[in-house]
Amino acid sequence: MDTRRKLLFAAPFFAAVASGAGFYTILRRMQDEKYDPHALPSPLIGHKPPAFTLPGINNQAGFSNTDLLAPARPMLVNWFASWCVPCVEEAPMLGALAKSGLPIWGIAYQDTPGAVATYLQEYGNPFTRLANDASGLTAINWGFYGVPETYLIDRQGIVRWRWAGALDADVVAQNLTPLLNRYS
Amino acid sequence: MRRLLILLALLPGIALAQMVTRDGITLTAPQEQRAEAIGQQLRCLVCQNESIEDSSAGLAKQLRVIIRQQVVAGTSSKDILRYMVQRYGIFVLLKPPLSRLTLLLYASPFLALLIGFLAAWAARKNRVVASPPLNDAETTRLNELLER
Repeated sequence: MDTRRKLLFAAPFFAAVASGAGFYTILRRMQDEKYDPHALPSPLIGHKPPAFTLPGINNQAGFSNTDLLAPARPMLVNWFASWCVPCVEEAPMLGALAKSGLPIWGIAYQDTPGAVATYLQEYGNPFTRLANDASGLTAINWGFYGVPETYLIDRQGIVRWRWAGALDADVVAQNLTPLLNRYS
Repeated sequence: MRRLLILLALLPGIALAQMVTRDGITLTAPQEQRAEAIGQQLRCLVCQNESIEDSSAGLAKQLRVIIRQQVVAGTSSKDILRYMVQRYGIFVLLKPPLSRLTLLLYASPFLALLIGFLAAWAARKNRVVASPPLNDAETTRLNELLER
């Protein structure tokens, strides 16, 4: 067999090996939770949050998009709900971030003030300010698709990052910390 | 005349019979058809392989309500789809539009065809040309050699 023929016969073998290696990498990254095929890029990134005005909880003032226009330092907006299991999971991480001096504003999604108050009492309240999106319609304008979701807003009021799902040490170390360093 | 009046009185009844209520929104049958056609083009973000129309997720229901409210308000289907894409990105469309991002996706069948043609062409070019038939002298010589 001449070299050309040999190469031709080897080509399918190499193609199979290459795609196998590709799939293996994807699966391993999924297992290590470094890659989530269901994660969606947020169209809000690079833009300011859409106009909204939401009431507060238990007679406290809520907030609106104008309050997010020029924060003194980068901040997080965290969508949560008292009925949401991964929210409980990320509560300690949010608490630690708040303690480190990062302002976190919370928006309760499709919840009641009473349930939110009980939830915050039980799992801690990391939020500088709180608002209530009882109907969930503001969430849709944000392109939100499930609690918890966390948005990073820089000093110009622009959304720089969105994380759908619970924040854990890995996500904070790999995604949030570098972004906070860049935008503060 | 009386018959006509009775018929006229029944007219709103006919119109009412054609009203449909879906997810708490009441709309006419053609409006519901338009809403369904829109919903079937949109991906449910919660269960990502279902359309908004088929999904039982809470968010999908809310989006169905929004679609129907906009249909009743007379918003064009194109604008309703744009409303969704603005919020959720082109991933929300079950059939992705042709854009720079999806160009390779749509071009891939043609690229595969092109590669196939090139391979076929290369194979043809390299095919060994069949040698011309032997003449009488050569045939005799061949037979001699074979018999030996």
